[in-house]
Amino acid sequence: MTPISPDLWADSSNPWFSWDYVTEYSDELIQAGQQHVFLTVSSVALALLVAFPLAVLVRRFRRWEPAVLGLSGVMYTIPSLALISLLWPVFGLSPATVVLALAVYALLVVLRNTIVGLDGVPTDVVDAAQGMGMGKRETLLRVELPLAMPTILAGIRIATVSTVGMVTIGALVGYGGFGQLILSGFQQNFYHAQIATATICCVLLAVVFEVLLLGVQWGLTPWSRNRRSA
Amino acid sequence: MSVWQWFTDPANWSGPNGIPVRTWQHIVISVSAMLIALVVALPVGLILGHARKGTFVATNIGNIGRAVPTLGVLIILASIAAIGVGDLAAILALALFAIPPLLTNTFTGISGVDPEVRDAAVGMGMGGVAVLWRVEIPLAVPLLAAGIRTASVQVVATASLAAVVGSGGLGRYVVDGFALQDTTLIVAGAILTAAISVAAEGVMALLQRVVTPRGMKADSLTDQPAMDAPEPVAG
Repeated sequence: MTPISPDLWADSSNPWFSWDYVTEYSDELIQAGQQHVFLTVSSVALALLVAFPLAVLVRRFRRWEPAVLGLSGVMYTIPSLALISLLWPVFGLSPATVVLALAVYALLVVLRNTIVGLDGVPTDVVDAAQGMGMGKRETLLRVELPLAMPTILAGIRIATVSTVGMVTIGALVGYGGFGQLILSGFQQNFYHAQIATATICCVLLAVVFEVLLLGVQWGLTPWSRNRRSA
Repeated sequence: MSVWQWFTDPANWSGPNGIPVRTWQHIVISVSAMLIALVVALPVGLILGHARKGTFVATNIGNIGRAVPTLGVLIILASIAAIGVGDLAAILALALFAIPPLLTNTFTGISGVDPEVRDAAVGMGMGGVAVLWRVEIPLAVPLLAAGIRTASVQVVATASLAAVVGSGGLGRYVVDGFALQDTTLIVAGAILTAAISVAAEGVMALLQRVVTPRGMKADSLTDQPAMDAPEPVAG
């Protein structure tokens, strides 16, 4: 890949914003958007499926907690490009390569916030629940989880928004949603309109997810509505 | 060729495409980006924090940064004729993404200094600059160090993408590997970029410990807090 000098396209024939591009390539944009949503939702859903049981397990074996949190911190520093590349020999050019790699990052954020959120529940509240005759399971589901919900949901929001951005890296293995258009626009002689439009679409998608999840949080934590926005 | 053979092949340890040169490029790109980000973010964070102005922007800029795809910014900068492909585009993109964590932590550290401590300093006759320099900055050191650590580690990890826009660094092996469909090269590059990122985390964690005065060190849990976690609402 040796891109030609951008100066070739420095004239006005290559605008950054072009409505013509949007109308002409609407099919490609919609297709990329659908792929982007699919990859994001699959990654985050997979992460949630693993994170919750893992968080409950880690809290049951308290001694592991610093080790798990420390390890997740180190794992989080590994570039997504590296993780996708390491999975590539196993899963090849498939969505699984991207989804599994991104699920790891989402998992780390959700796991951390779930543990910290559950740890933040005041012990008197847990004591009171047990004094009322609740078992461990009931205390977790009816007392601890609801109280930890704002922290857990903040983790899910951060994980989702980060995932939307990271999906673009998947373009290197052929599954990158809008990233596909960003990369191909770059390789096709710096097609400004395609690069800019796809990047903006990616940001807009992140905002849509953020707003949707804030709505979920609003619905799930009715007691915090009149206080402050968490 | 296996990955092990690749790593033990002397040819990969010398020349312009050797591991030492690529590692050095990775470090140069990362350090340059960090320097630019520090020059921009520190003064802004210090001034806003001291004046306790712009709380919303300073604390939410990270959320905005998260929503912007790195690949997009990298490629947009490389596609601007005045910048073009190469190191400059990579350095500028990395610097842009390092600014939010630096700005947020600087602001939070400075503006979070106890107002009574500031009042005491003013009562002792200190002016604004002296309060900032001799009271607020020393008290904000733990958060400043944490911000520099977060930003640096993020920059080193993201520098792996620099190769996509024709710059160097260890990501070169991965990008070339995908272009050549060479699995060995891809995996070797992935291992190297992961290793330099984890190493950066180790070095910066150590630096953070060294510069944080005893007594201001956080315990292990709050050392790595929940991300943007609001306090659980009890009751």
